[in-house]
Amino acid sequence: MNFSLARTSLIGEADLVGIAGERAVCDPRGVLYFPEFRLLAVSDLHLEKGSSLARRGTLIPPYDTGATLLRLQAVIADYQPSMVISLGDSFHDGGGAGRMHASFRERLEALMSGRDWFWVAGNHDPEAPADLPGETVRELAIGSLLFRHEPSKVRVEGEIAGHLHPCARIVQQGRSVRRRCFAGDGGRMIMPAFGAYTGSLNVLDRAYAGLFRLDTLMAYMLGVDRIFAISRSMLRPG
Amino acid sequence: MTEQPRLAEQNATVVLPEPFIRWFGEKGWSPRAHQIELLAMVQAGQSVLLIAPTGAGKTLAGFLPSLTELANRPRRKPGQAHRGIHTLYISPLKALAVDIERNLGKPVEEIGLPVTIETRTGDTPGHKRQRQKLVPPDILLTTPEQLALLIAAGDARRFFEDLRYVVLDELHSLVTSKRGHLLALGLARLRSFVPGLQTIGLSATVAEPDELRRWLVSQNPPKESTSPGMAELIVVTGGAKPEISILDSEERVPWAGHSARYATPEIYREIKRHKTTLLFVNTRSQAELLFQELWRVNEDTLPIALHHGSLDVAQRRRVEKAMGENALRAIVATSTLDLGIDWGDVDLVVHVGAPKGASRLAQRIGRANHRMDEPSKAILIPANRFEVLECRAALDANYLGAQDTPPLIDGGLDVLAQHVLGCACGAPFRADDLFEEVRTAAPYVSLDRSTFDRVVDFVATGGYALKNYERYARIRLNKDGLWRVSNPRVAQQYRLNVGTIIEVPALNVRYIKAGSKGAASRGGRVLGKIEEAFLETLTHGDTFMFAGKVLRFEGIRENECFVSNAPGSDAKVPYYGGGKFPLSTYLAEQVRIMLDDPQRWKKLPEQVADWLRFQADKSVLPKRNDLLIETFPRGNRHYLVAYPFEGRLAHQTLGMLLTRRLDRTGARPLGFVATDYALAIWSLGDMGTMFKARKPSLSALFDQDMLGDDLEAWLADSWLLKRTFRNCALISGLIEKRHPGQEKSGRQVTVSTDLIYDVLRSHEPDHILLQATRADAATGLLDVSRLADMLSRIQGRIVHKALEQISPLAVPIMLEIGKMPVNGEADETLLMDAATLVEEAMGPGMVEE
Repeated sequence: MNFSLARTSLIGEADLVGIAGERAVCDPRGVLYFPEFRLLAVSDLHLEKGSSLARRGTLIPPYDTGATLLRLQAVIADYQPSMVISLGDSFHDGGGAGRMHASFRERLEALMSGRDWFWVAGNHDPEAPADLPGETVRELAIGSLLFRHEPSKVRVEGEIAGHLHPCARIVQQGRSVRRRCFAGDGGRMIMPAFGAYTGSLNVLDRAYAGLFRLDTLMAYMLGVDRIFAISRSMLRPG
Repeated sequence: MTEQPRLAEQNATVVLPEPFIRWFGEKGWSPRAHQIELLAMVQAGQSVLLIAPTGAGKTLAGFLPSLTELANRPRRKPGQAHRGIHTLYISPLKALAVDIERNLGKPVEEIGLPVTIETRTGDTPGHKRQRQKLVPPDILLTTPEQLALLIAAGDARRFFEDLRYVVLDELHSLVTSKRGHLLALGLARLRSFVPGLQTIGLSATVAEPDELRRWLVSQNPPKESTSPGMAELIVVTGGAKPEISILDSEERVPWAGHSARYATPEIYREIKRHKTTLLFVNTRSQAELLFQELWRVNEDTLPIALHHGSLDVAQRRRVEKAMGENALRAIVATSTLDLGIDWGDVDLVVHVGAPKGASRLAQRIGRANHRMDEPSKAILIPANRFEVLECRAALDANYLGAQDTPPLIDGGLDVLAQHVLGCACGAPFRADDLFEEVRTAAPYVSLDRSTFDRVVDFVATGGYALKNYERYARIRLNKDGLWRVSNPRVAQQYRLNVGTIIEVPALNVRYIKAGSKGAASRGGRVLGKIEEAFLETLTHGDTFMFAGKVLRFEGIRENECFVSNAPGSDAKVPYYGGGKFPLSTYLAEQVRIMLDDPQRWKKLPEQVADWLRFQADKSVLPKRNDLLIETFPRGNRHYLVAYPFEGRLAHQTLGMLLTRRLDRTGARPLGFVATDYALAIWSLGDMGTMFKARKPSLSALFDQDMLGDDLEAWLADSWLLKRTFRNCALISGLIEKRHPGQEKSGRQVTVSTDLIYDVLRSHEPDHILLQATRADAATGLLDVSRLADMLSRIQGRIVHKALEQISPLAVPIMLEIGKMPVNGEADETLLMDAATLVEEAMGPGMVEE
């Protein structure tokens, strides 16, 4: 495997965010990369959400799995991680992996091959996905980090979680901008949802109460080709 | 066609049954010529379009055929099955249906007719609806949405088997929207149930009556039929000409803005002089502002009320009731009061702001004095100088003769999808038959078979190239060649989502005590609803105007917005509702002609004429068919102001496209604003010098090819298209409408249509729903067709004036800068600003840890 990678060689100090002493790249495409471990974390893929809704009569386009995998493929091609953690709700429901179109399954398996792949169990997909490689775990500790799907109610230093689909909103010049974001206070980090059909919940919502130290909470809002670090005082609910 | 009373009397004996003649006699009336003429035509088996001014007895005319026929019908014998609906009346407004029930009930009772009349609207309780199915009334008064629901019921064919007539009220306002498309499809369905069905359309004056005449009858009649393809036409002219004047204010008419605040004392004086004054404005925010201003000068505490669609229903009903009882001296209203409801003794209509189209003006003035033979009195109050020109043009344009209702457009494919599912819910259908039936509806007359099949496919499985959803199909083609719904849940879902009216996401506005936290005091009164998009731009403590009060924004909790009273404060945040109705093509041309003709300036107020003379002196006035472009520096920016007079929507599209092009040529544009009259773009680069050096030339910049690739590229990411897509997705049934009580489910649960749009566009750009979206956008929010006409008109006719400073004509739009949200997709810049502020406040490096 080639170690002089295009993306990793471009990482400057400024792009790195500290979480419990470890350093990670907050990629504007919504993934975290830890250069030291060559580890890529991605959360809430919600694959097959389209077909999940279709089962109940809402026939939204069946291309979400393909779209999500294409974006994941691009990120993996850039970082060439040796380990990938999919941080739960990888499939929108327990039958999702079984419903996947053959072409998408092949694409996913190609992405998985040659690297360690962990499926963290989520509330939408508590069981291991059917007929797919990779290891299913409840949580995973690496270095000073702890990866799990739902953030713990008590503060856990170094916890990386998903589940809440954070977004943030600012108002500037009478206009409102809402984006998905990473939410972190230096001690823990909640990742944005990556899936093509995933919605989002404002970091000021009650669901986040007690999760962060408010004085150091930052929203790392996803821009087109960069991250915008916005402090809590600038954020608006809704 | 003028009134011929003697002929009327002759005819009357022929077609009017005895009790009717007696009734007219007792009242001291005689039937009007058009009422008899219509009756005769209908009795001869024709469908009819009646065009008449308000107060001409249109309603009675429309129902005479039904009433006379029902009067002669033998009574139902005991034990005989209940008869179905005889006449269906469809109006655009629930309130109008209720109004008609009252107005029609009276003659029916007085003549002693054995006729039952009932309404069926969204407000009708369930038990009454069920009873109506078992024992249908003779005449059912309802709305287009309810018709769609009735058609989608399993017993539809039986329910309508005795149907004779469909009366369509306010037809001119129904046909121009998607509601009209759905209604046209519903009519086609009814015609297939009852081949001899006759329609009676009632309409205000329209530019193209033939469009409505075709709309009323089958456009693709079965071969054996002798249908002429158009309904008969009766036009009632006359009615006294309204006396319309423009306020010639002693005050200075402002350059810009929409408030007309300057005229408040003069408006108040007129209110005092009249019994009841109806004040119309174009937007809700104007209504709020005018109401505030009037109360500020209301020394005599006259009863002046406010009425607009965002207010709480209870409050609106109170105002309407007071109005009916003549308890009010003035009422400030938006278009919620537009349609033909009869309101007390209004003797003056004041129109604040420009009327945006002469036919709208005619309609609103018709509100005053509902008697045809007395002249209505109206005063126009222009809010700014351009509106003075527009008002003058509206008057000079022979306001009642020149009608400029928008041309009818092809039926929406999203509406067709909804209808196809509705038909399947009612009864299994054969695709060949439904296709032929749909093409009898005027909006779908040119629909081709392959598009129809794609729509059916869309209804079944989403119509995607990737055939993944066969097992989830909503309708299925069976071996017998019939399409059937797959399961009863599909029909349930359909019933919850019927209709084409998409509500903008809005939040309840609830009162709390100042400074208290929302949750602590939930008990306050609900004032009405405000669009989420506006509320999102507010921060705690901002003040704004709503429900006739100045309110302080306290916060948002779930689906409610909390506000407190802030009396005496100024409303800090202007609510920009935008003129909902862009300047009509016809009026725009009249304004250009007037600018070009100094002789006509004499009719304008002196201060406005002076303004134009200054313009001629400092710059130039555009010729009738020219496009004037001015460039000038100001501050450290360079400005381009164009005066196409094509309406805000077309200007907005033009602004988007021009800034893209200017960006490519290195002019570094920063933003633009658009009004109904002009477009202003500002940049860092010196555009004046660039145009002079022909780098680029103005003719290249304004070349029609901008509507090709540039439009495509811009559209792809535009919020305008996303909003249009959302409407199409909801109407077509791709996703479900949100219903009350569901709002709390939260953002992370629902799939936003923006996300669906992005995925669909990148994976199947030719999908039928994207096709529908693009067609909608071109006629709707983007007004592309109008822009295209303009670009072709101005070829070789661009006049460039490079000025040292701002011209008089440019002042109004320059004043809009900063007041209106700047258009442009600068979200990234806003984020950058916010992020930079953080860095400045905290110092670099602090951001990371």
